[in-house]
Amino acid sequence: MDARKAKIRTFLSRFFKNHELGDEGDIFALGFVNSLLALQLVNFLQKEFEIVVDDEDLDLDNFRSINNMNAFVERKNAISAK
Amino acid sequence: MQLELSKEQSEQRVRFRSFVQEHIVPYAAQWDSDQRISPRIIEQLRQHGFLGAPIAQPAGPGMDAITYGLLTEEIARGCSSVRSLLTVHDMVALGVLRWGNRELKAEIGSGIARGELLCALALSEPEVGSDATAVTTEARPEGDEYVLQGRKKWTTFGQIADLFLVLARCEGKLAAFLVPAKTAGVHRTPMTGIVGTRASLLAEIELKQCRIPKHYLVGRVGFGFSHVVSQVLDHGRYSVAWGSVGIAQACLDACLDYTAKRKQFGVELREHQLVQRKLTEMIANSRAARLLCYRAGYLRSMDDPGAMAETLVAKYFASKNAVRAANDAVQLHGANGLSEEYPVSRFLRDAKVTEIIEGSTQIQQITIAKYPFGEI
Repeated sequence: MDARKAKIRTFLSRFFKNHELGDEGDIFALGFVNSLLALQLVNFLQKEFEIVVDDEDLDLDNFRSINNMNAFVERKNAISAK
Repeated sequence: MQLELSKEQSEQRVRFRSFVQEHIVPYAAQWDSDQRISPRIIEQLRQHGFLGAPIAQPAGPGMDAITYGLLTEEIARGCSSVRSLLTVHDMVALGVLRWGNRELKAEIGSGIARGELLCALALSEPEVGSDATAVTTEARPEGDEYVLQGRKKWTTFGQIADLFLVLARCEGKLAAFLVPAKTAGVHRTPMTGIVGTRASLLAEIELKQCRIPKHYLVGRVGFGFSHVVSQVLDHGRYSVAWGSVGIAQACLDACLDYTAKRKQFGVELREHQLVQRKLTEMIANSRAARLLCYRAGYLRSMDDPGAMAETLVAKYFASKNAVRAANDAVQLHGANGLSEEYPVSRFLRDAKVTEIIEGSTQIQQITIAKYPFGEI
């Protein structure tokens, strides 16, 4: 789980230079997320963790923080494992 | 590192070129003059599987990104208005299939994948262009329906499209809706007298209390621009980038032919060094644009998250190069370049469009400058 969070942090750190992003940090509140990054984040999560982000997954809370993204990926993995 | 087309991709390119030479090049000037491409070419595109080509079909996967780029370049080499049909249909179809719900996809998925239902993007409005998030078209939920009201402008192939992807404001947030053209309250007004890609059947679309089923919402409310339209425009930029390479190549082909035949001061134009300079610039820059497109296509085929940013760069460079190449092509043709006897004035008009659509050059500059690119 920590490895997954580390991968998400590494990906985001390119876009949040000069800002130490904590696990609970709200990436939308920081004001750096434009539509390019929002969609790129979806593509990153899909490719890196082999999940499919569906239309019903479009909820800002799923992508708000590293912890939220980690939990979201975990839920998607649990669903696909069933 | 390998920069080489596969055997299949090379064979496909030959097939595309042959199709364009037979079905597009002889008619492009007439379509431009008529301000409409013919229904016959649309049917031929369908029959050859060129509409909806990147979409997976029951028979197999969709066309890979590089092959799709080659198709787009070849089509644009013949006619940018035909290229713009592929661009708008494919980008909306892919966006709807990516973010539409199961019920919607079950209804229209196979029709748009085969190009039987033509798609168009109804994004811009009379007062809204680059700042797309400022759209004023409204959508309100009412029972099992959404009711849409507003006016869209510059909708490519809006005169004949079967489905419009509409960006609207819903409960204060942006949302994307698929609106069938047959919906009561949809009125389309043809736009004529357009300077470039003028056979692409532009229209203004008025939505007067249009009622659509709830499941025609694409994505979720609040994600209409950030995820749905952004995804759509990303594909559009990839297509326009390759289309720009096609225009530049068409300019180069026309100039190599013209400067080899036309004589001034006792020798062929190509023997003059200042002509050679222009030809060299066209050759080098067109190859550079194509390489940027290959890179974007390669990353897209790997589902690399960085593909969107590389596509921005490819579109930015390729569209600027198309304008430069077309401008030089007209110059090399002299007075002939200003006449309809030669295609280069059409190429110049069409090239200018690529610098404006799917994000203008200036919007690309803002986005690219801020993006944290890594090393290639």
